Amino acid sequence: MNNLKNVWQSYRAVISFALMGLVLLFVGFNQSWALVIGIINMSLISAIMALGVNIQWGYAGLFNVGIMGFAALGGVSVVLISQQPVIEAIDAGGIKMLLALALGAVTIAAGVLLNRRGINKWLISLVVVIGYLLTRYYFSEASDLIEKVDPAITGYLGGFGLPVMLSWVVGGLAAAGAAWWIGKITLSLRSDYLAIATLGISEIIIYVIKNEDWFVRGLKNVYGLQRPVPYEVDMQKSEWLQNIVAWIHRSELQFLTQSEQIDKLGDYVREASVVFVKLSYSGLFLVILVAFIVLSNLALNSPWGRKVRAIRDNEVAASAMGKNITRQHLQIFVIGSAIVGIAGALLVTYDGIFIPTAYQPLRFTFLIWVMVIVGGSGNNLGSVLGAFIMWFIWIQSGPIGLWVVEMLGNYIQEGNTSLEFIEDRVHYLRLVFMGSIMLLIMRFSPGGILPEKNKEL
Amino acid sequence: MTSDSIDIINAFALLTNFVILPALSYGSQLALGALAVTLVYSVLRFSNFAQGDSMAFGTMIVILLTGFMISRGWTISGIPTALLVIPIAIVFTSMYLLTMDRLIYRHYRKIKAKSITIVMSSIGVMFVTGGIVRFVLGATAQKFEDGERFIFSVREFKAYTGLEQGIALKTSQFLTITIAFLLVAFVFYFLQKTKTGKAMRAYSDNKELALLSGIDPDKMVQITWLLVAALTTIAGALYGLDKGFAPQQYHLLLLPIFASVIVGGIGSPIGAIAGAFLVAFSEILLTYAYKKFLIYLLPLSMHPSSLVQLIGTEYKYAISFVILVIVLLIKPTGLFKGKVIVDE
Repeated sequence: MNNLKNVWQSYRAVISFALMGLVLLFVGFNQSWALVIGIINMSLISAIMALGVNIQWGYAGLFNVGIMGFAALGGVSVVLISQQPVIEAIDAGGIKMLLALALGAVTIAAGVLLNRRGINKWLISLVVVIGYLLTRYYFSEASDLIEKVDPAITGYLGGFGLPVMLSWVVGGLAAAGAAWWIGKITLSLRSDYLAIATLGISEIIIYVIKNEDWFVRGLKNVYGLQRPVPYEVDMQKSEWLQNIVAWIHRSELQFLTQSEQIDKLGDYVREASVVFVKLSYSGLFLVILVAFIVLSNLALNSPWGRKVRAIRDNEVAASAMGKNITRQHLQIFVIGSAIVGIAGALLVTYDGIFIPTAYQPLRFTFLIWVMVIVGGSGNNLGSVLGAFIMWFIWIQSGPIGLWVVEMLGNYIQEGNTSLEFIEDRVHYLRLVFMGSIMLLIMRFSPGGILPEKNKEL
Repeated sequence: MTSDSIDIINAFALLTNFVILPALSYGSQLALGALAVTLVYSVLRFSNFAQGDSMAFGTMIVILLTGFMISRGWTISGIPTALLVIPIAIVFTSMYLLTMDRLIYRHYRKIKAKSITIVMSSIGVMFVTGGIVRFVLGATAQKFEDGERFIFSVREFKAYTGLEQGIALKTSQFLTITIAFLLVAFVFYFLQKTKTGKAMRAYSDNKELALLSGIDPDKMVQITWLLVAALTTIAGALYGLDKGFAPQQYHLLLLPIFASVIVGGIGSPIGAIAGAFLVAFSEILLTYAYKKFLIYLLPLSMHPSSLVQLIGTEYKYAISFVILVIVLLIKPTGLFKGKVIVDE
């Protein structure tokens, strides 16, 4: 028994990942491989997001409650960069919108400049209010014009029509910009102000996305986003995929008649094309995830990383050594948020559709937090493991909940209202379930599954 | 509204009906919530993210009890049944909050965890509580107000005063403002004059010194949660009577509540109340459409054609956030100097 414990202690990571792999294999053999690869892809994206949060929490103890908002900024950039511009909408209100936004920028700049000059506060307020009213006037006119252009299909300005991969970078930059602004205001203050401010900004970002139809179509969603990988339909026509599939299933196919062979092969090719497309995504996401892990581990072992850990472990001492703590925290907050933004962009690219209502705090902020805590805060590999475990539980908790209800149904009579009631609301128990996991891990195993190794400074 | 004369009295009546009364009652509801957050902050030393969902929990109990009372016919005509069940609901909510404290927060107090860790666990509690509420009542909005809807209605007011623009006083508004006033008065009396209240303040100022003078820390914590439960349940019930109950809306109340607390100075009870009214009035003044108001005040030639609304109603939560940001930029300690937690 003691021996077993020792093995677990020294090979925690290997064992945990192997177990996770076994579970996925089990699902693959019993359900479908397309499903498994789908789960892996979502886990990879979540792992990148969790990595960003882990950098903030594990490296600097910064509590970001607005992961949802930063991820949404990434999603918005996908739409703005990769969608084709809507020429009629730009003709109708593009210039006016630009003017309105410029006017808003000028107002803010004027307010800041006048404030620096130390001019009378009331005068500044007057300037800002007039500027705001003018901006709002032009803005609402412009947005009305844009939203009137074929609202069923477009009704927004569209994007720049650039390659979608560029939007991943832009998504990171957008999230970094927002993080810089929030961090600048709150990081020099008490630690929970950051939590409150990020909570606020993320809700507001979602409100803007939902309400400003001219921007990214609001609740009307954006469909058919550009893909970085080929389409299934094109894949099915490609000869080499057909050949590979025919070769894999050769033993089964050779006993069939000609027409049966073609039918069967068609089925297999369709399935293979889905798997192939998903696998291409997996490859892309895996490369990005590994790159981030390598980079952040290198950074953590550099002089910069030693500084970061020194500050985290003892702020007072580090400050006495002349380290600028606020600046360091700002840096880490911006980097972490940028990674979350990139992951948000990847997610929307993978979905191929931008749905503002999909941004729920439970799914985006809280689930990611649970991943970081379950995996082991401060440990990058832990975040990856946590992402795989929690995403798996998250995706399976729906079917499991329904299964439980069905089991109950065998004991409770048909048409019983309490059963319908439970069926209707069973998914809300996810909130309770995830919350309890987080609280339990925090309470009884604060290090998570893969605790951070204590490195000598 | 055919005349082109300037009509100050009607303009004022309009403003009272659509801005002042709603803002006063909304401010009172926020004030109770903010007071609860500030109490938890000063005694237990963390920002309670579960406040909004705890309010939903309290309201849930009120709704369930109200339904039960109505089904039994145990009502008093004219008075909202919810009002009768609030005391029992407070008992249930305090039991819930004390259980959460016992299961979760107490551990972190004992190991003297960083305040941010406790904040994080309060987010866990927030999700668990929100889940329970949604499971029991569903996520859709519902109303549970019964009894007389108005103390006096627009028509009665018009008939009495002869004004063109009427003012209505809703029962829920009247109850909110009165009850909030009484409750706040009670809390202040309790904190300033009673022995337990003084002990609580001493404990919040300096734990070690309070321990030395024989103050029982567990008792202080329990009394704090009892007060918080009362404030939370009443704030939630009043908000629900006024605007209807929807779990998501209660969850989002967190933003204006935090804004109120920080504007007023976190840890300062007076500040929390002042902040709450500031936030409530800004929210309603900025989202109100002034078209009719200006029509009363301006000559015909200057009548506005648009709604004259400064910010769309959909962005009302953004207002609390902007207030929060401005305060953090200009005066992070708030209007009334609050306290700053230092990790031990």
